[in-house]
Amino acid sequence: MSSLEAVAATESTTAQERPAQPVKAVRKTFSSPIATILVLVMTIMWTIPTFGLLVTSVRPAQDVATTGWWTFFINPHFTLANYQTVLFQNTFGASSGLMPYLINSAAITIPATVIPLVLAAMAAYALAWVRFRGSDTIFFIIFALQVVPLQMALIPLLSLFSGGLHVGDATIIPALRTIVFGVGPVSAQMPQYAGVWIAHTMFALPLAIFLLHNFIAQLPKDVMEAAMVDGANHFRIFRSIVLPLATPALASFAIFQFLWVWNDLLVGLTFAGGTPEVAPLTVRLAQLGGNFGRSWELLTAGAFVSIVVPLIVFFALQRYFVRGLLAGSVKG
Amino acid sequence: MPDTSVLADAVLADSTWSDAAGKFAGTFGTVAVFIGILLLIFYAAGKASGRVARPLAIVVFLLPSILLLVVGLVVPVIRTIYLSLYNDTSTNYLGAENYKWAFTSSTIREVLFNTLLWIIIAPVLTTLLGLAMALLVDRLRGQAVYKSLIFLPMAVSFVGASFIWRFVYEARDPAQPQIGLLSQTVMALGWKDPPNWILSHPLNNFLLMVIMIWVQTGFAMVVLSAAIKAVPDEITEAARMDGATGGTLLFYVTIPMIRNTLIVVLTTVMITTLKVFDIVRTMTGGNFRTQILANEMYSQAFVQFNTGRGSALAVILFAAVLPLVIYNIVQLRKERATR
Repeated sequence: MSSLEAVAATESTTAQERPAQPVKAVRKTFSSPIATILVLVMTIMWTIPTFGLLVTSVRPAQDVATTGWWTFFINPHFTLANYQTVLFQNTFGASSGLMPYLINSAAITIPATVIPLVLAAMAAYALAWVRFRGSDTIFFIIFALQVVPLQMALIPLLSLFSGGLHVGDATIIPALRTIVFGVGPVSAQMPQYAGVWIAHTMFALPLAIFLLHNFIAQLPKDVMEAAMVDGANHFRIFRSIVLPLATPALASFAIFQFLWVWNDLLVGLTFAGGTPEVAPLTVRLAQLGGNFGRSWELLTAGAFVSIVVPLIVFFALQRYFVRGLLAGSVKG
Repeated sequence: MPDTSVLADAVLADSTWSDAAGKFAGTFGTVAVFIGILLLIFYAAGKASGRVARPLAIVVFLLPSILLLVVGLVVPVIRTIYLSLYNDTSTNYLGAENYKWAFTSSTIREVLFNTLLWIIIAPVLTTLLGLAMALLVDRLRGQAVYKSLIFLPMAVSFVGASFIWRFVYEARDPAQPQIGLLSQTVMALGWKDPPNWILSHPLNNFLLMVIMIWVQTGFAMVVLSAAIKAVPDEITEAARMDGATGGTLLFYVTIPMIRNTLIVVLTTVMITTLKVFDIVRTMTGGNFRTQILANEMYSQAFVQFNTGRGSALAVILFAAVLPLVIYNIVQLRKERATR
């Protein structure tokens, strides 16, 4: 929540660029070749580890095992075989490489982004525009729930999902498995997926509601009132006015949540386990770290597979990305 | 490659794709059903009129979130505190026994000490580097490029970041050609016999912190850079008129002006540092005396199934995060009130 507001300040100051003259003067005072060199050195230091990983992942195994990645530029042997191997072949002790885990990551991330986004937008709208006695209190409690670290909820939630909730002999909430299979004919791994989706949704809601509330509460009042006068009910207003107008905030949060879930290890490890049917890439990679510590051409290719999606999002949607990420940087 | 293995690969790939199709059907099916049900409820509840319309809207909009929050956060928090007072199978009440264990057992004492090192060193260095970068980069042409590259690690998962750095720290016998960048660099600088980095305590703790700093510096830089830009020009101008330059301007004008933001960045990185277990889990698994609280909590609760002890560690983590978060909230409220 904290950095969120810091960012709100950020946004307003970067938006209205300051008058050029004094800034230039200050810049001039400080600017020196030393500053340039320092920035360059730091940028290179920050970039080179990732770059080394990428280079290694396209070198043949023999080269990787015997020489440093920097020799690639003297002696360039390029190959994509490592990617072929890690994605599809029987490597890393999994029958078909990392591909199933990549698919799991996508299968986990999409619902775990859409569901909290929609639910939070609904709650934010109700708290901002359908005000009632106690709505401020509820909003404050939700806001305060952001302080809870994930770790505080994991143990009870896992036992709830696997065993349900019972008081005496009465079952208040049945095990997730029972509920999911009760809904209809679904695949065997569905309960585990559902567990991960629900857990991510629960953990996302406080931040999501808080963020979206801030935005939705500031939508123009006269538009809402005009719609009311025209006889639109709350559901219509929500769908045809609030959602379209709140798109920037929804996009920021969607990107943040997408990356959060994609990059998450803790929730995945706890609720999906390590099986190829459900586990996301991060979980698999964390396992590989211990077991296959020597085949660096494969490990680097595997690691790059896992970071390529966030990197694409980063470069394609940098503006929203920065906003969303800063806003959510204390989550968890 | 022999033909049979190509065939086997093809079969594997086929099963991968059909498997994928099944999973995506389940995934998109779930999303579609979820949205469909919501639209139906919206439609049905929209029909209501008169006095029930408003309460009904409130219930439809709010109830799902509130139920999920109560079941997923409120109840579990209470339950974790409760479990922390019981033994590892939750059958015997132990009082504060688990907490006593946490503060007296020598292994956990080391874990807490490591955690303390982490939450001091990583946030301070992150903030300082972020500040330095923010001050320097704003005066350069092409600052957007530098900023993007420094911020880029924020996009990578902690697991991915750990892999990137494991490779940097990879150590070989000094007689052989090195493949890790760190060994190569220090040997080029004249250190004949560098250690196996990840195994050498206490150095390994700091090498793991480097990963956290590498990831978070971009965040510090972006926030601080914005705060520096927000310092009114009249103030810096006035100070310059009075003869302040370079260092004086920095330490007596700019830094005092962005003090609050500096503290917020520091506490925010501290909170993240306390909670993240991915780095230690991926790099060392907590071995070689690098264990920290968040990873120990996971190991106790989900590897060794010591529910009571794991819960107690979670509560300690919570207690450590809480004052930082509250401070952040209060600080920012104050700031907003004065603006």
